[in-house]
Amino acid sequence: MSDLRELYQEVIFDHYRRPRNCGVLPQANRKAEGYNPLCGDRVTLYLLVEDGIVKDVRFEGTGCAIATASASMMTEALKGRTEAEAEALFGRFHDMVTAPPDVPSPGNPALGKLATLSGVREFPARVKCATLAWHTLHAALHDEGGTVSTE
Amino acid sequence: MKPIEPLTIPDPQTLARWRDDFPILRERVHGKPLVYLDNGATTQKPAVVIETERDYYEHTNANVHRGVHLLSQRATEAYEGARARIARFLNAARPEEIVYVRGTTEAINLVAQSDVRPRVKPGDEILISAMEHHSNIVPWQFVCEQTGARLKVVPIDDRGALDIDAYERMLSERTRIVALTHASNALGTINPVARLIDIAHARGVPVLLDGAQAIAHVPVDVRALDCDFYAFSGHKIYGPTGIGVLYAKASRLEAMPPWQGGGDMIRSVTFERTEYNAIPWKFEAGTPNIAGAVALAAALDYVDSIGADVIGAHEAKVLAYATDAMRALPHVRLIGTADEKVGIVSFVHEDVHAHDIGTILDRYGVAIRAGHHCAMPVMQRFGVPATVRASFALYNARDDVDALVAAMAKVQEVFGR
Repeated sequence: MSDLRELYQEVIFDHYRRPRNCGVLPQANRKAEGYNPLCGDRVTLYLLVEDGIVKDVRFEGTGCAIATASASMMTEALKGRTEAEAEALFGRFHDMVTAPPDVPSPGNPALGKLATLSGVREFPARVKCATLAWHTLHAALHDEGGTVSTE
Repeated sequence: MKPIEPLTIPDPQTLARWRDDFPILRERVHGKPLVYLDNGATTQKPAVVIETERDYYEHTNANVHRGVHLLSQRATEAYEGARARIARFLNAARPEEIVYVRGTTEAINLVAQSDVRPRVKPGDEILISAMEHHSNIVPWQFVCEQTGARLKVVPIDDRGALDIDAYERMLSERTRIVALTHASNALGTINPVARLIDIAHARGVPVLLDGAQAIAHVPVDVRALDCDFYAFSGHKIYGPTGIGVLYAKASRLEAMPPWQGGGDMIRSVTFERTEYNAIPWKFEAGTPNIAGAVALAAALDYVDSIGADVIGAHEAKVLAYATDAMRALPHVRLIGTADEKVGIVSFVHEDVHAHDIGTILDRYGVAIRAGHHCAMPVMQRFGVPATVRASFALYNARDDVDALVAAMAKVQEVFGR
């Protein structure tokens, strides 16, 4: 099944099995929790933001391959970015995974490795898995207490 | 009584005929034949149910209990006839013991607010179990918040069976209601409800059974069980969505205040004083789901035409076959292995999340549920975020289990790279 191959790319398995930046960040000054009530997945995101720049980021949680890989790749992509750049990246990522399946993928060099998650758009039920960490990022950047939900 | 039919049926021809009764089973999904194993969420509908609903709208539709015109009389007869049919299906003493609701959830909320809330005091107890669906937890939490009552939860063992000793211990002189599932939606466990009801009644405590997962799979006789309340949803027993049933003993319904106010639930209204209608209508404010009620009666006719015992025996065989097949798979662990179960196989995979399994199975035409099944405390009890659940109905057979196993091999293939 080609669309399954498209969804579950090697890079995604790699990040699912060996998630990067996984764990607590003791010196974090921003933190948010994300929750997907559909599947019960949870993610906690820790950010160290100094002078408007994401200096460090880590995440903890349990999730499916898509949610875990997305969180892992997101943490890699965020380091060194300004808060505005991080938000803009969320916007581009969200556009990519929610684009109609019949439209050719626009291809966005700014997304880098994250583009491997573009196969999610063929699986509308999985968009929330892919965006869970990102919604949590948004909450952390805006310092919204409590738990952000995908619903 | 069906004394002559042996429980070895269905033969392949009979099963093929049952399958033919359900038009949706001819659908293809992602280019594959549909293998529908999500019956715990909702069952598919036989043609006779679909036709009954259509026929109602084409030949009968009018409002009930109102008009003098012919259609209104026909609609009222069909609606009240369906009530009598449901009463017969459950072996209730009288049709008036059947209250139409939207589904199991609404039935439980009705009992919580109308029967239990007015008679509990701070420190009183409501007893449920650790295998309940959220719909048999949250309505009781409302009552606890409103009254100061306490929610007590009977534990379950590692196989997913209720701890009956703990149940006996936890039934106290403060217990005002026992609310238990007849069969667990996440684990499949069938509770020994007759015994549990006897124990509660010996202490004067009424019992509500959540029958959502049992109604289509286990013969239910409310008088033999002597339960005080029995709740179920039409769509779980081959009927439409949006129609459900609360069975309650007439004496309890008589004592309960109405729940919602409006048309049809009154006898007379002035601005000073309103007299309520008799049971069950005092609980049925507003225009009800008439077509749904009529089609639900058709679904019950359909089930009776096969026989609840025949269906149960067939599903038990499919369950046994599926249990062995899933146990034989590498990296798979079953969640819920009680001795008495309805046709539900819940499992987790060591390396693959339930949601990923659900996506891959779907691409091979196999529809299952992946998630917490609206039973998050059950997931916590077994230390998993989610499970994959295959749940069977009368039209499922070994072929469907084989398709599930073949699709699980594809999961292994995708994730084993």
